[in-house]
Amino acid sequence: MKEKKSVNIVSGKKIQEKYLRDEMMPHIFCNGCGLGNVLDYALWAIEKEGLDMDKTVFLSGIGCSSRIPGYIHADALHTTHGRALAFATGVKMANPDLNVIVFTGDGDCMGIGGNHFIHAVRRNLDITVIAVNNYIYGMTGGQVAPTTPEGHFATTSPYGNIEPPFNMSDMAKAAGATYVARWPVFKPHQPINSIREGLQNKGFSFIEMLSPCTTAYGRRNKFRRIEDLWAHYEEKTILAEDHDQIEKFGTQEERKALKDKIKIGVFHRETKKSLEQRYQELLEELK
Amino acid sequence: MIEVNEEYCKGCNLCILFCPRDALEESETLNKKGVHPPIEIDDRCNGCRLCELICPDFAIVVEEEDKKLTKKQQSKKCCV
Amino acid sequence: MMTDYLEKVKKALGPKKQFIHGDTAVCYGALLAGCNFFGGYPITPASEIAEMMAKLLPKVGGVVIQMEDELAGMASIIGASWTGAKAMTATSGPGFSLMQENIGFAFMSETPVVLANVQRSGPSTGQPTLGAEGDMMQARYGSHGDYQSITLSPNTIQETMEFTIKAFNLAEEYRCPVFVMTSADIGHMREMVTIPEEVETFERKKPKVPPEEYVPFGKGQYGKEKVPEFAPFGTGYKTYVTGLTHNEFGFPATDDQQDHDRLIRRQIEKVTDDREKLTDIEQRDMEDADVALVSYGLASRSALGALSVARERGEKVGYFRLKTIWPFPIKAINEMSKKVDKIIVAEMNTGQIYHKVKEYADCEVVLSSKIGGEVHTPNEILAEV
Repeated sequence: MKEKKSVNIVSGKKIQEKYLRDEMMPHIFCNGCGLGNVLDYALWAIEKEGLDMDKTVFLSGIGCSSRIPGYIHADALHTTHGRALAFATGVKMANPDLNVIVFTGDGDCMGIGGNHFIHAVRRNLDITVIAVNNYIYGMTGGQVAPTTPEGHFATTSPYGNIEPPFNMSDMAKAAGATYVARWPVFKPHQPINSIREGLQNKGFSFIEMLSPCTTAYGRRNKFRRIEDLWAHYEEKTILAEDHDQIEKFGTQEERKALKDKIKIGVFHRETKKSLEQRYQELLEELK
Repeated sequence: MIEVNEEYCKGCNLCILFCPRDALEESETLNKKGVHPPIEIDDRCNGCRLCELICPDFAIVVEEEDKKLTKKQQSKKCCV
Repeated sequence: MMTDYLEKVKKALGPKKQFIHGDTAVCYGALLAGCNFFGGYPITPASEIAEMMAKLLPKVGGVVIQMEDELAGMASIIGASWTGAKAMTATSGPGFSLMQENIGFAFMSETPVVLANVQRSGPSTGQPTLGAEGDMMQARYGSHGDYQSITLSPNTIQETMEFTIKAFNLAEEYRCPVFVMTSADIGHMREMVTIPEEVETFERKKPKVPPEEYVPFGKGQYGKEKVPEFAPFGTGYKTYVTGLTHNEFGFPATDDQQDHDRLIRRQIEKVTDDREKLTDIEQRDMEDADVALVSYGLASRSALGALSVARERGEKVGYFRLKTIWPFPIKAINEMSKKVDKIIVAEMNTGQIYHKVKEYADCEVVLSSKIGGEVHTPNEILAEV
C-alpha cells in the first residue's frame, strides 16, 4: 500500500493544466522525438518537488531542446546559441531566490557552449541542467554534433563521422558537477527521480537525457522506423552498476560486448558549497 | 480510463508499443495530421500510466482510478 | 533612488572630490546610478573597470562576476537585468566584437543594460594600450539585423561619470542597451572629479495590471507609447523572452511578416521618436563661425585646442561636439550646416561619423582623420580649414 502514494499524487491531466501553455500546444517536436518526454518528466519532477512556478525560471539556448521552455507556463529566457548557462549565471547570481532550470542540447551545450558549460559547472551554481543528447544537430537539419558516435552518419559527415565524440556526463563530472545522471527517455521514472534529486541538490546538477532524433539522426543511421530507433536505445544502454559488475566478473565475451554500450544511471553525487552561497558569505564578511 | 487527445497525436505508436497490457491499438479514425490515434481496448488497462508518460506529445491522459474498485484490487493495480 | 542606498554608495566611493581616471569614473557613475550587477571579462584598457567594480560593488551589496569570456559577460548581465537588476559590463574593441551577438539579443528582447566600451585601435588586437574611436559604427550596426542603439561619447572624466549615470537612466527608460564610448586615453587619464550630492535615477516601468492581463511586449505596440512595461522574473508574470521574432505576448512568430515588421519598427521608433530629446550637443563660438569643427570623444579635446588656435589667428571657426552619437542628431547637424561654409569632422578613425555628417549636411564636409593611437594636433585639424 505504500506505493499507492507515488502513483496517486497527480494525473497527467493535472500536469498539463497546471504547467503547459495551452496556446502553444501541440508542440513543434517531430513524430517520435523524445523532447516531449523530457518536458513531461521535468514537469512531473517539478510537481513532485512542489516548486513555486512564480519563482522558477527556465532558460535555454538554441536548438530543438531549447524550445522546451516555451511550453511551460513560467518565466523563461530563450537565449542565443550555447549561451544559456551564461545567462543563467546572471539570473541566479542576481536573484539567488529563483529556481533556475536550463534546457540544453548536445550541440548547444558541448559544441558552441562548451566553454560556458565547463565554467558554469566549475562555479557550482545552484542550477539544474537538463541536457538532451540526440547525437545530432536536429534543428538545422542533421549535421554532425560533438556527441555523434564514430562512424555514424550526418549531413556533414556523409561518409561516417571520423571524430571521436564527447561524453557529456563524464565532462560534467570532470569539471566538478555535484550531481550527474544519464537516462534514456524510454525510462520515465528514473529521470523523473533524477531531476527531482537535481532540484534538491544545492549545486550544479546535470541530467543528460538520451533522446532519439527520428528525423535527422534515425533515418540516416538505419533506424527508419521510430520503434527501431527507440529499441536501439534500449539495446545500447546498460545500467552503470551492471556495467561495473560485468567489467569485474563478466566473461571475456561479455566484457567485449560492453564496448558498444552506453552507461546510464546516477554517476555522481557530492556536496559542495554553491557559488551564490559563497558570494552571500563574502557579502556578510564585508558588512 | 485512457483519454486520447486526437489532435495532439502524431502517430508514433509508442504507447501501443510500450503498453505492458496491450491495452491500446490504432483506431480507424484519421486526425488532422493524417494519422490514426490510438484507442483503448476495453478492460485491459491497469492504470500504470506508462502510455501517458511515454507519449511524447501529451496526447494521452490516464484518468484517475475508478473508486468503485475494492481496496485489494487497488493495491494490485498500484504495484504494477 | 533610495537615499540610504545612495549614502552607502557615497560612503564606499570616499571623498567628494577625487583625482581619478576614466575607468574609475565609469564605476563611480554606475554605482551612483544604482548598478547592482557587473559581469565582465578582463581586457586592456577596460580591465580597471572590472577591478574597481570587484572592489566596490560587494561593499554595497551588488554582484560582480568575472565570466569566462565576453560573450558570457554580456549574457550574464542580460540574465541579471531580467531579474530586475541594473546591470552593466565593460570592454574594449575585441570584446565588443564578441559581445555583438548578445547585444543583438538584448535589443530584440528589449533588455536594459549598459556597456562601457573603452576603445582601442583595431581591427583585431591592434594597439591594446592606445586609444582610438573606431567602434562608432559597431555601436550602431555591429549586430546583425535592424535596431537602434543609444550611444554616448564623453570627453572628460567628470563627463564619463555623468554619462554612465545617464546611460543607466536611458537604458531603464527606453529598455535597450546603452553604450558609453570612451577610449584608452580617457580611460587612463586622470582628472579632478566631483561626486554629485544628488543623483536623479530612472526606474524601468513595471506593469500595473495583474499577470492575467499583462502583455509583455504589447502595451503601446500600436499606440504612442512604444516602450513596453517590464515584469522582472520571479514576480509571477511568467514572461517568455526570446530572441526569435515574437508577437506582443512574447511567443515566437517567426513566419509572420507583419509581426516582424511591427516589432522591429517599434523597437527602432521607441528611440528615434525621441531623437530631438536625446540630441546633446556642446557648441562654442558657433554664432559667427564659417567653419565648424565637428568632433566627439577624445578627438574633441584636440578640436577644442584647434578652436582656440584658430580664434587667436582671427579665423571664424566654431566648435560643435556630439555628446550623443546615436541616435544621430540629424536636425542639429542639418541646421548647423546651413549656417557655415564648411564642416571639418575630426575623428580618431578613418571616417565613420564623417559619412553620417555628410549625409545630412548642406555644405562641404571634409574629414580630419587620425589613427595609430595618437590624438590630432590642433594644427592637423586646422590644416583642413
